[in-house]
Amino acid sequence: MKSTLIKGGRIVDPSQRIDRVADLLIEDGRVSGIDDRISGPDGGDVIDAIGLIVSPGFVDLHCHLREPGLEYKETVATGTKAAAKGGFTTVCAMPNTIPTMDSRATVDYVLQKARTEGAVRVLPIGCVTKGSLGKELAEMGELAEAGCIGFSDDGNPVADPNIMRQALSYSSALGLPIINHCETPELFRGGAMNEGWVSNRLGIKGVPNSAEETMVSRDISLAEMVGGRIHIAHISAAGAVEAVRLAKERDVLVTCEVTPHHLTLTDEAVMGNAGDGSVYGALTSAAYDTTAKVNPPLRATADRQAMISALADGVIDFVATDHAPHSSVEKLTTFEEAAFGISVLETALGSMMSLVHAGQLPLTTMIEKLTSAPASFLGRTDIGTLKPGANADVTIIDPDAEWTVDADAFLSRGKNSPLHGATLKGAVVTTLVGGETAYTV
Amino acid sequence: MTGAERTETRPMTNGQDLGAASPPAAAARIDAPKSGLAAGRRHVLDMDDFTREEILGVFQNADAMTEVLNRDIKKVPTLRGKTVVTLFYEASTRTRVSFEQAGKVLSADVINVSADSSSAKKGESLYNTALTLQAMNADIIVIRHGHSGAPHFLARHLDACVINAGDGTHAHPTQALLDLYTIRNHRGNIAGLKVAIIGDALYSRVARSNLWALTTMGAEVVLCAPPTLIPLDFLDGSRSEDGHPFASVQVESNVERALEGADVVMVLRLQLERQHAGHLPTLREYSRLYGINERRLALAKPGALVMHPGPMNEGVEIDPEVAHGARSVIEEQVTNGVAIRMALLYSMATPARRQSERKRKSGRSVDPAQRKMLL
Amino acid sequence: MHTRGVPLAERLAASMNEIEGETVPVGAVDIAFYRDDLADGSRPLMQRTDLPDIEGRTVVLVDDVLYTGRSIRAAMDALTDFGRPKQIQLAVLVDRGHRELPIRADYVGKNVPTSRDEEVDVNLIEIDGADEVVLCRREDA
Repeated sequence: MKSTLIKGGRIVDPSQRIDRVADLLIEDGRVSGIDDRISGPDGGDVIDAIGLIVSPGFVDLHCHLREPGLEYKETVATGTKAAAKGGFTTVCAMPNTIPTMDSRATVDYVLQKARTEGAVRVLPIGCVTKGSLGKELAEMGELAEAGCIGFSDDGNPVADPNIMRQALSYSSALGLPIINHCETPELFRGGAMNEGWVSNRLGIKGVPNSAEETMVSRDISLAEMVGGRIHIAHISAAGAVEAVRLAKERDVLVTCEVTPHHLTLTDEAVMGNAGDGSVYGALTSAAYDTTAKVNPPLRATADRQAMISALADGVIDFVATDHAPHSSVEKLTTFEEAAFGISVLETALGSMMSLVHAGQLPLTTMIEKLTSAPASFLGRTDIGTLKPGANADVTIIDPDAEWTVDADAFLSRGKNSPLHGATLKGAVVTTLVGGETAYTV
Repeated sequence: MTGAERTETRPMTNGQDLGAASPPAAAARIDAPKSGLAAGRRHVLDMDDFTREEILGVFQNADAMTEVLNRDIKKVPTLRGKTVVTLFYEASTRTRVSFEQAGKVLSADVINVSADSSSAKKGESLYNTALTLQAMNADIIVIRHGHSGAPHFLARHLDACVINAGDGTHAHPTQALLDLYTIRNHRGNIAGLKVAIIGDALYSRVARSNLWALTTMGAEVVLCAPPTLIPLDFLDGSRSEDGHPFASVQVESNVERALEGADVVMVLRLQLERQHAGHLPTLREYSRLYGINERRLALAKPGALVMHPGPMNEGVEIDPEVAHGARSVIEEQVTNGVAIRMALLYSMATPARRQSERKRKSGRSVDPAQRKMLL
Repeated sequence: MHTRGVPLAERLAASMNEIEGETVPVGAVDIAFYRDDLADGSRPLMQRTDLPDIEGRTVVLVDDVLYTGRSIRAAMDALTDFGRPKQIQLAVLVDRGHRELPIRADYVGKNVPTSRDEEVDVNLIEIDGADEVVLCRREDA
């Protein structure tokens, strides 16, 4: 029997309200137990975790692995390796592949790739509509049987309110959520960044907060009417979070997630000044930073602060990366032409730790939002936790390790990160999936 | 003129005692004339990094350029051996010719690359074009592009100097400079003048660059357009934040109020696409409510200048009588464009190519103990 | 020649007027267009070139300090762009040596031998508020 003993680390497991220095024993790919001092069986591996944090492996509800069809951006193999380096042991693959994951065949393909080439667990998300075209519902029943944990047309909103109503109603019988990329198309209309002073002075068409807020309100209203679980993907606007707060007070089944970048960056990142407060100063040739082009866009400081508060007080349910890798060519062009998306998996922890170090988010909350909260959204008790019997998915973190982001060295094929060159404090040291080392520094 | 005869040189005297280590008599000595642009300015991307001194320096150089343009032989050797490439992704005969003429008068080799949208569609990306220009050893690239930020993209990837001839809706710095130069030539000091900018501010790179330039020079600016064509953050109170560069700009949706007492009326072009994008019901209504006609112009100061960056939609934003009337300086704007562009080309810090570049005269400091008074 | 050659030329013309009773036209030329010795990016502010008719006439270039001779060469290029003088002569207040081109002054106020790490500055009342010639040593390493 294969055993691994993780010794002397600070074990933080929000699912069991554990936060203390202890040993963790893993046997045969499952957690055996946590105790002050465990002497492991002879011949087992020992991992010295003194001074480090031992956490359940992170669970990412929103990840673009790009396979099949867009392998030049990322594959299941490269994406999951990047996930492991970022401390993620389970990722949910969004269905905007080519062909889209609107049929069992494509889902099976992805799962097979994950089984043979994946470095971490992969859970599929199916389409809401056929081809994500927003016209006809996809065969959600069959997709659920294939293992889909929810449905999304991500990349696109479900624009037709009637289709959304039907989708919420239909999926309620399956008990699975509709994950919506909330963005009213007519208010988005060719925008490339947040509408505000920065977009004004840069001469870039802006996307207003209302584009997100209008559809969030719409979806809450529909969910309230027909039941069904509505989950707001990558929430970013202060008004949207307010709407969710009020809806939760009315016991509507609405949940939402936020990305690390919407918690730590604002539209100033497009100016290329790294947010040193000089939003009124002159532009340099570093302006129009396409690595900061993402959808939903990086918003204003007030929105970022609202996201942090809402995450801390529970209105936002968990953190999801929205890892969106692109090839360099797609970002090496004008801002208007560049693809939307940030390669997040390998910097997610570093970003989240910056909030912890700044005192804006307690460490235990951070870990909860990366582990037990997404796991409970999935209804799973075997991941996102270090309870005895759970999968031995463990992430070991050095909270104070300082490192400089080198996007060119990412394991992901997507080197598109606005944090390239930035110094982060907090890094993953080792990631175990089912007791096996998926990544170690 | 008589033949010059040798004359006795007159001794120069000053009242100072030789040998006394007195502090430099002329601490405000005018050294070799100050650099017209900030030393080492590599790019002209927008007006937001021009100081007042730099703008005045450009005007002074443009005055000298005007003299050259009035000679019989309009040619000086200043940029001999330098390659200026004009890269225009948007059709514009007037601006391109203006830059071409500016380069040629200064004896530069001017190469015009007209990358219309069809060749861009063929797959030649801006990045590949940049690499080609780099291989051509271009010294100065003048780019006009439909996407904001295209000049900044080139500046990041090239050694050459980049001059922005208009990028998307972002900036048109040479237009702002020639606009202000035209105003200066008629009015002298720009500070305190009331300048009314009338028209589509939301999509206008001319408006944006002029806002930076005019506020830097201390003008009182009024921006006037229907609310749908004013950027939202100019209307929502966020300009009152500390340090906002346009805090002093007035925003008006009533054109009569905007024109009252104006020294300069700057009219912007209105495009049909605005109606299609839902910003306006019709061009007809815009013209009725905002068109600059003689009756409205009478509200401005007598002798107020009428300006337009061109091309004009006569009958829409501006009436023909006003466009061609006594107060219009629109044609002068075009002429001034060449002198201004010459002044900019003259001052760019082109990439050093010569191996043995003469060392720049570094700053001297005068050690009093070293001074020797002569004569 | 701009900058300090201009007041010197005006003083010379005034003296000539006083002594000879003749009015000699004074012009001004900015040589910045014609210089070959400027590092990129250190272009000076230009001043207006304003010349009377020089075709077939004797022109005396006036400058404050003659050093390498490159400024004079540039000035001659400028003049020839305006016409073909009968003769060009050069009058300088100070000749400090170290010529790099075969150029010599016809009229010299004073020869001041200098070393290359020294500077000669002429101050004039019209521009600097005092008349003096200053020799200093450069401080840069």
